[in-house]
Amino acid sequence: MPPPLPPLPPFAAQVDDVVVRFGRRRDIDVAAGTTHVSDSSTALDGATLAIRPGVITGILGRNGAGKTTLLSLLAGFTRPTSGSVRVGPTGQMEEPWENPWVTSGTLLVRESGDVVDDEKVSWALKYYAAMRPGWDADLAERLLDRFEVDTRKKPTALSRGKRSAVGATIGLASRALLTIFDEVYLGMDAPTRYAFYDELLADYAEHPRTILLSSHLVEEVERLFEDVVVIDRGRVLIAETADEMRSRGVSLTGPAAAVERLAAGREVLHRQQLGGTVQVTLAGALPDDVVAAAQAAGVAVGAVPLQDLFVRLTDHAAPARPGAPESETVPRGALR
Amino acid sequence: MFDGPEPIYLQIAQMIRAQVLAGELGEEEQVMSTTQFATTFRINPATAAKAFAELVDEGLLYKRRGLGMFVAPGAREKLLGEHRRRYFDEVLDPALAQADILGIPTADVVAYVLGRSGSVAGPADERPAPAGPVRDHLTHPDPKGP
Repeated sequence: MPPPLPPLPPFAAQVDDVVVRFGRRRDIDVAAGTTHVSDSSTALDGATLAIRPGVITGILGRNGAGKTTLLSLLAGFTRPTSGSVRVGPTGQMEEPWENPWVTSGTLLVRESGDVVDDEKVSWALKYYAAMRPGWDADLAERLLDRFEVDTRKKPTALSRGKRSAVGATIGLASRALLTIFDEVYLGMDAPTRYAFYDELLADYAEHPRTILLSSHLVEEVERLFEDVVVIDRGRVLIAETADEMRSRGVSLTGPAAAVERLAAGREVLHRQQLGGTVQVTLAGALPDDVVAAAQAAGVAVGAVPLQDLFVRLTDHAAPARPGAPESETVPRGALR
Repeated sequence: MFDGPEPIYLQIAQMIRAQVLAGELGEEEQVMSTTQFATTFRINPATAAKAFAELVDEGLLYKRRGLGMFVAPGAREKLLGEHRRRYFDEVLDPALAQADILGIPTADVVAYVLGRSGSVAGPADERPAPAGPVRDHLTHPDPKGP
């Protein structure tokens, strides 16, 4: 067992121009004297972002966008093909790959729990208790009780949701300086998911640390986030605070004529009509005088859920705005 | 909860202001901690902390080291004062403008106000419904609560 580590501040992370390619094959054409690279798939294609220490950051992206690759890089499970990844306390960040100092402070919980499955759950708990300097055995016991997990069983004998609950428990009870949950909710029923969110918030408030949470259930988790990262087709589309992302859109609901008058000259992301009532989603925030004018005209000004913004930002079927280069980082206040 | 267009922290700050104004949160009374806020409303604790910071800046809350956030003495007075100032701009002016559009003579409006001033039911909005007789704060802007 390694000697106890001195307490470190929560980890930050910096990813610079990272490319990750999988399954690359280099064929040598002996006759022509050349090499030929083929069959590679690009998971990340020039990703750059910073993760603030001590903050809960949401990692959003569609299937295959590169979320899991990004999270694996931060945890030292994967190496970048090019570019740099650094993790650690601010000012002391190091490359995580094969770096015991960084990885001992980092925990990645992958989908459906990610627990050694040929031993009982109680064995896995003892393993983490020995490996994780910040392990809280009481918390682990309480969480497994709340999630109704039978620790005498092997993970293979548990349902997918219960395996996920074991992963969530290990993630929280380890109190790692960088804790990463990659779609840990899979298979959990709604009451278990909400119990997990509540336990995460309560434990984070008492023991602040850096938490990354990737999820497709944006509506459920958006208020847990202080920062949000949106990954799309291997690139970072957005990396900003959740409030900044929310201010990228605003909705107007009211009589059609009044709504259209207020929306004139603004970028409309979405329009819905029910009889004489129209709801439009506009890009960017509205100036105070327009909000006042809307209210005076009986038009309700509403927030746009992150879920909706996320869908509009990553909907590749939507017509691209002319002049907006694809896969570029979207400037604030602009949406495709 | 917190479905308005403003950032959630501003909506939380507004909720606490409303509670202080209504007397639900008394002066020197402790406000829920950021942890309680986070778990009650399922929001990031930093969001609640940001709301508190805003209210501390306004002098409505203050921090007692190691104990938490408390409602500052005079917080309700302060809010009442602000709301009274804004009442004319935000409530009465638009009402009078509307009366103008509808062609209601000023004399009718004055007569209506004077006719009501003796009645028990004062203007309902803006008022936190204090116990005891309701004063007409248009003519008697008495800052003392019940």
